[in-house]
Amino acid sequence: MTQLPPSSAKKLGLVIDLDTCVGCHACVVSCKGWNTENYGAPLSDQNAYSGAASGTFLNRVHSYEVQPEQGTAQLIHFPKSCLHCEDAPCVTVCPTGASYKRVEDGIVLVNESDCIGCGLCAWACPYGARELDAKEGVMKKCTLCVDRIYNENLPEEDRQPACVRTCPAGARHFGDLGDPDSDVSQLVAERGGFDLMPEQGTKPVNKYLPPRPKDVEPQIDILAPYLEPVAQDGAGFAHWLDKALSALPGGAK
Amino acid sequence: MHPAASVIIFNTFSGLGFGLLFWLGMGVLVPTGWGAFIWFAIAYLFAVGGLIASTFHLGHPERAIKAFSQWKTSWLSREGVCAVFALIVMAIYGAGLVFAGTRLGLVGIIGGLASLGVVFTTSMIYAQMKTVPRWRHWTTPAMYLLLSLGGGALLAGQVRIAAVLLIIGGILQIFAWGTGDRRFAEAGTTMATATGLGHIGKVRAFEPPHTGTNYLMREFIHVVGRKHADQLRIITIGLAFVLPVVLLLLPFSHVFAALAVLAHIVGVLTLRWLFFAQAEHVVGLYYGKR
Repeated sequence: MTQLPPSSAKKLGLVIDLDTCVGCHACVVSCKGWNTENYGAPLSDQNAYSGAASGTFLNRVHSYEVQPEQGTAQLIHFPKSCLHCEDAPCVTVCPTGASYKRVEDGIVLVNESDCIGCGLCAWACPYGARELDAKEGVMKKCTLCVDRIYNENLPEEDRQPACVRTCPAGARHFGDLGDPDSDVSQLVAERGGFDLMPEQGTKPVNKYLPPRPKDVEPQIDILAPYLEPVAQDGAGFAHWLDKALSALPGGAK
Repeated sequence: MHPAASVIIFNTFSGLGFGLLFWLGMGVLVPTGWGAFIWFAIAYLFAVGGLIASTFHLGHPERAIKAFSQWKTSWLSREGVCAVFALIVMAIYGAGLVFAGTRLGLVGIIGGLASLGVVFTTSMIYAQMKTVPRWRHWTTPAMYLLLSLGGGALLAGQVRIAAVLLIIGGILQIFAWGTGDRRFAEAGTTMATATGLGHIGKVRAFEPPHTGTNYLMREFIHVVGRKHADQLRIITIGLAFVLPVVLLLLPFSHVFAALAVLAHIVGVLTLRWLFFAQAEHVVGLYYGKR
């Protein structure tokens, strides 16, 4: 049913640390691997070995440059997948009931045998978390590796989403965000985790941790301030040329 | 938004077809016998033809029957239910006129209102999208209804009604464009809110997640439409509204009437193309594009 269930106590989701992510795309690869070989239709590629390669991914890593008013720009790697929203707009627009939010743990899933591939859920999602597979004609999205996290055939340490398991930097955390005492909830509280596009009113379960403020290097060498500074006023021919050109009408000061 | 041909054809022709069914149902024109058969054939050709076209963009059209189940939450499902209901009721009404020469008044009114219901539910599919601020406004359903009613009256040969509705429609469309141009900014979704990094400084997309394109970029980021928006708007207003009204006001001739209908259809096709091509989805912000 595409009616959203009453808010579940258990809210499984991810916490992504933008301070720690190094942008290696290992989560992208492991996600594609697991979700192609296991539950549901495989994630197809089109023209994979040509200049016009394109394919279905459930997790993608963007990179942003952020320029503060003072100081140097920061580069921030930004993994993005389904946020398993509490108020998921993708679920209620589905005409067939293929999209649903699980009562027991809040995971948003697609029943692929009911999906007509109309694409409306992808329109309703502000995050670009859903992609219509060009080969299978059904909507694909992050399942939070529902076929791993409860899978008793796997060793215990593997019972977490593939992206979390593979992250070499430890930038991805999986847990119950409905439980205020869980590790992930504590992490969010401690680091000031935030929602993406809060104004869209989707109430995402997944949270993002902001980059920590950059350190300011302390003055280690007590003699450094007394050293002759590196040429600040020009000297010699270049200095004369600079002044001479500035003196011309319309010259740059 | 990617302007898919199937959806543009559906929106244009089904709108006209259901508009014509509305005026037929309301008894504004009451043909009987063969005459009625031709009127209803035209209306069903437009309405059903458009509906069939709309299934072409589905990944699995063979499962379309399942789309009738979620009418409690989904406007697309409601549209499907409403369309089947309207088409069945109007078929009964039409059969009365064609075979018995009798007008089943109440059936016609119910079928006519249901026909408008189809147009309204269609428009709400777009108007509900918080992710596309340009569409999320009362002018979206208002324009769908006005175009359907105006175009339907034009097809039905109702000169006065058509002229009045098309003039109102043209004015409202200009208003919808003018206010729509500001709506993305007013919605307040920016790269800063999308990434949550605005508190550090100015956010710029540095490197995309992949070297090629993807489903999201093909479906939601469309720039060509906006480039020529001004010219296309003038063409739309001229063809969909001004030219048909001028032709209607001239002394009646079948050639003028046919030209008015033709101009209106081409104009509405342009209008619908712009409706999609100009609409910007917030997901483009993650790619530093709109």
